[in-house]
Amino acid sequence: MPTPMNNPAPATPAPDGGDRLNRRSFLRCGALAASGLAALAASLAPLRDLNDTMSVEEFLQKHYQEMTPEEMGKVLARITREVEKQYEVRPHVKDYKPMDGVEFVYALNLSRCIGCRKCVHACVAENNLSQDPEIQYIRVLEMPNGTFDMEKGRHDYDGGTVPREGHYYMPVQCHQCKNPPCVKVCPVKATWQESDGITVVDYDWCIGCRYCEAACPYWARRFNFARPSVPKERLNPNMSYLGNRPRQKGVVEKCHFCIQRTRAGRYPACLEICPTGSRKFGNILDPDSAVSYILKHKRVFVLKEEVGTLPRFFYYFDV
Amino acid sequence: MSWIKTYAQMLRRCIRVALDGDWRYHLWLGALAIVCLIGLNAYAKQLAYGLAVTGMSDHVSWGVYIANFTFLVGVADAAVMLVIPVYIYKNKALSDLVIFGQLLAAAAILMCLAFVVVDLGQPFKSWHLIPFVGKFNFPGSMLSWDVIVLNGYLLLSIYICGYLIYCRYTNQQPKAWFWIPFVLLSVVWAISLHAVTAFLYVGLGGRPFWNSAIVGPRFIASAFTSGPAIVIIALQVIRFVTRYQISDKALLTLRAIVQVSMLINIFLLANELFKEFYTDSLHVASAKYLYFGLHGHHALVGWIWTAVVFNLTAMVLLVLPASTSLRWLNLACVLAIIGIWIEKGMGLVIPGFIPTPLGEVIDYQPTLNETLISFGVWAFGLLLYTLMLRTTVPVLTGDITQANASQPTTPPTPGTAPLQDKPAH
Repeated sequence: MPTPMNNPAPATPAPDGGDRLNRRSFLRCGALAASGLAALAASLAPLRDLNDTMSVEEFLQKHYQEMTPEEMGKVLARITREVEKQYEVRPHVKDYKPMDGVEFVYALNLSRCIGCRKCVHACVAENNLSQDPEIQYIRVLEMPNGTFDMEKGRHDYDGGTVPREGHYYMPVQCHQCKNPPCVKVCPVKATWQESDGITVVDYDWCIGCRYCEAACPYWARRFNFARPSVPKERLNPNMSYLGNRPRQKGVVEKCHFCIQRTRAGRYPACLEICPTGSRKFGNILDPDSAVSYILKHKRVFVLKEEVGTLPRFFYYFDV
Repeated sequence: MSWIKTYAQMLRRCIRVALDGDWRYHLWLGALAIVCLIGLNAYAKQLAYGLAVTGMSDHVSWGVYIANFTFLVGVADAAVMLVIPVYIYKNKALSDLVIFGQLLAAAAILMCLAFVVVDLGQPFKSWHLIPFVGKFNFPGSMLSWDVIVLNGYLLLSIYICGYLIYCRYTNQQPKAWFWIPFVLLSVVWAISLHAVTAFLYVGLGGRPFWNSAIVGPRFIASAFTSGPAIVIIALQVIRFVTRYQISDKALLTLRAIVQVSMLINIFLLANELFKEFYTDSLHVASAKYLYFGLHGHHALVGWIWTAVVFNLTAMVLLVLPASTSLRWLNLACVLAIIGIWIEKGMGLVIPGFIPTPLGEVIDYQPTLNETLISFGVWAFGLLLYTLMLRTTVPVLTGDITQANASQPTTPPTPGTAPLQDKPAH
């Protein structure tokens, strides 16, 4: 906005004693401004404890889907550098891409699951989930026989004495929906569905509004309320950009079917550890896969079918 | 382009008087500034340690920030309740007051934006939300709609106020084409603002408490109650501390609006309660938690019954002729504001998360730090509104005009700024 000199002067000095008055008010304004700035600085003092400041590189980083391979290379190098600095472990960070002709589906046998929670802990170890504060992608419910009302289920049952008579166990994790409400609501497209059916999060793009958490009908998403911490000796160095690389505070994460394993032809960690063989995983586009067989021949259902999310996570009974 | 010069001159002169006033005015500004700084201090802690310093969790992932945001969207809507009677029903008693309403809307929207920002886990990455610069999920995400309607409404309010005040400054009749279309647009915009904010919740199929078509109409009804109620109080403060004349007739016109809105609001609430409790399906759990407690958890019961009692009392007062006297009207307004703040804030946002989609009942209680941040944002908003009024009222009362631009702007005797020279009564 221009401030021309020939403008009718809005502030004409007062006729007498104006100079002194001006000097005094100048000093007063100066003192006021100085104490204001001091108060401002004092109120911002807690920022000294900010130990995870973002680099300019990360601040300006593009969205995952808009990065060229060279740009992705630089980002992976940055992540490697940062992980090495923080954990003193050299990670192998890759950007695993979906395979052609693959759509992953999970099937869980409720007749077999005994609620031992081994899957929960295998997931924590594989995916570098924070242990303080605790974050877990899988939640197992102990349900009394004869009901499907989850309000009647127990989350904090004692895992040492399972299975308990008269109960069945229902593990819940991200259902990788074909019609995911979490993706729809994200205001910045930081979460999306990939061609192999896995819904992923670009942790560097998420702004942490937690709208996806509110939208998910399966309580599958987790938010990093504090800076996640993983003990150095327990860090899994085999990492994926959209998967298990360390997250920052203030972003959302979720189960991604162990992208760093499954896109390299391996099974998810929760399946591998399961002592009862309750968990089945595979490519639904392959008619000979185990999951194709289960979906064709078993009594299969999905959770909360009425919300129209079309999960890729199926439960079944085989007795 | 001489209007730019004149406009800049007006702005400069208005800003110059922003801090002029007697000790009471300075005390008020100082107190607000201190609360702002305390809030900023609490926010600095939140930046350093993360949202773990709040009472929120993965179970209840939105708390008082989003609750206040929701309430303040309603306050911003109030402006339109002044606009409609003036421009559609030609009610002259309110015509000047539109400016006060639009300023209130602007301050409320800025508070809304502040509450959204303090709720973000990665506030520095909020540039991802800027259309064309970031990656805007429009029209998919209701939050992206909200970004548009909030900022659009802010611009509309600033433009309308700016133009009307400029006309007063230059002592000219506002040109219809320059503002009537914008005023009409702002009416539609205000309603869509609140509808979009309601859709933010309504569109979530996995949250039965919010997934109800009546939430939108209830939002609007409660906004049109609490908003004008706030304006009634604000106008009385304005006429108390400034020379600006506001007639009782204007306040009573607003009373009629609050009265009807409150009746509709209570009726819609009754509809919702009937549907929830008479059906008595599994979906009643959240409402049960809110009104009676669930599985031994009663965190919101005291709050919501306070709101119910306040709202019903306000309704009775507003219907009775007693509230044509300002004393009773003010009481009714204060009760309605508090009642709706509880109901639209804690009463709407929190129970939506309880029980969780997997059936857990986890209470939410805001922490001290979270509360200080919220107070800080409120103080910031009040500070803004105070400064906006302080700078515009002299133009409206004719103390600052283009005609007297060359005369000294300093008041004749120090300490008696135009804002303060009306004796207290």
